[in-house]
Amino acid sequence: MLLRAANLTKRFGGVHALQELDLEIAPGAVHSIIGPNGAGKTTLLNLLSGIYRPDEGRIFLEAQELSSRPAHEFAAAGIGRTFQNLQVFLNMSTLENVMAGAWLHQACGLAAALLGLPAAARAERRARAEARELLDFVGLSRWADAPAEGLPYGALKRLEIARALAARPRLLLLDEPAAGINPTETREIDELIRRIAERGITVVLVEHNMKLVMEVSQRVLVLDHGRRLAEGDPAEVSRDPQVIEAYLGVQAC
Amino acid sequence: MCVGLNLLIGYAGQISLGHAGFYGLGAYGSAILAARYGWPPLAALATATLAVALIAWIVGKPVLRLRGHYLAMATLGLGIIVSVVLATEDGITGGPDGMAVPPMTLGPWVLTGEKTWYWIVAVALVATVWLAQNLIGSPRGRAWRALHGSEVAAAALGIDAARHKLSAFVLSAAIAAAAGALTAHYAGFITPSKASFLHSIELVTMVVFGGMASSFGAVVGAAVLTTLPQLLTVFKEYEMVLFGALLMATMIFMPQGLVPTLEKAIAAARRKPD
Repeated sequence: MLLRAANLTKRFGGVHALQELDLEIAPGAVHSIIGPNGAGKTTLLNLLSGIYRPDEGRIFLEAQELSSRPAHEFAAAGIGRTFQNLQVFLNMSTLENVMAGAWLHQACGLAAALLGLPAAARAERRARAEARELLDFVGLSRWADAPAEGLPYGALKRLEIARALAARPRLLLLDEPAAGINPTETREIDELIRRIAERGITVVLVEHNMKLVMEVSQRVLVLDHGRRLAEGDPAEVSRDPQVIEAYLGVQAC
Repeated sequence: MCVGLNLLIGYAGQISLGHAGFYGLGAYGSAILAARYGWPPLAALATATLAVALIAWIVGKPVLRLRGHYLAMATLGLGIIVSVVLATEDGITGGPDGMAVPPMTLGPWVLTGEKTWYWIVAVALVATVWLAQNLIGSPRGRAWRALHGSEVAAAALGIDAARHKLSAFVLSAAIAAAAGALTAHYAGFITPSKASFLHSIELVTMVVFGGMASSFGAVVGAAVLTTLPQLLTVFKEYEMVLFGALLMATMIFMPQGLVPTLEKAIAAARRKPD
């Protein structure tokens, strides 16, 4: 297993956002997490990226235990993510956003950087070239030198993906990459997720757009009220009566 | 000095209202070592700068956990403590009357005279701006700006927020201390007013006015706001009022500051003809 979480529990005040959830993510492939609003999907993603600390439970990336570590160590271990409510660095250019994403792989000495030594300049050129490649990969080349704050919404979503990829994650968590964008852009995201998976990066996708989830993912986990409702391949899950009930809001009586 | 504060506020996004405190500590530290213990001024300056960096590191560790207004209040408190201590410990600092500072020496040469200092300050300024520009373009500078842009996203990229806020804080405090020490040896005399709250506010005004996240902006801001009172000596008593008004006007009409606003205006004007 690439990622393993056991007994994950997170409470906010009296609300159980997530209750005793066990989770296993196999390497490769696209795994989706779906569920009605408030099911605990984003909470789960925040736990898996170290933004929140679980009240109970443990998280392992392969053999390495990450629970109770700070978020930046989750990133260093190889877990990258994007944000549902965009967290682009609006004070930088598009290219600089991606270069900042490569932070973990730019261990250049401070002295060399301060004095502008050739080693630092070389490292900088390499970082720039890699960032441009990634922008190309997500289709944002033409915006490279534009300030990020001027980009349209759909482009910002892809910029977050490029920035996360710059950190070379083994596991990439995508929080609603298709929320609020049009069908054409959604198709582009669909295709982008496939190409990311082809690079050997395991993807965990939280998404409301069922069409996207069913097309792109190999495994689907359904959450409801912070608990596992169902799990399986897309066809199995979409036939599951409990899932249908949760989505249609049918009262069991 | 302002370039240093700008690193903290403009790039790392942390506010400090206590930088005059570090400036004062640097000035007094160097002055006391040189005047009372007979250290060579250059060694005194270096020691004072390192000592202030250490103080900033110790103070910064708990203080930088705070954000926004709370951080502003904490650094404000720090600045006030420093200026009060400098004013009351008259046995060491000469109290509110200030103290005399030996002139800077470089080996056998004693550095005095306007022209010599003009060059020293010019070299120090160019060096600071150059180093700051290099730093900002480096991965670490990007990490600082990332923290300013979105702390949570920076953490998700493996950037240790606490560590990098602290390094920005310590560096800018050290630059302030070095500037303070240099000024003390130049002027030959220092008073606690240089470490006061009002001076901290002046420094923040310079950064905001010149343009946050712009090293040249900080220099321009400092230059304008240092010469302005001298040009407007008729308004002597209203100097602070003018500073306040300038800060407000900048926030309203040029929220990004003078230099970035001008840069954009020039870029826009250039684009128009095509």
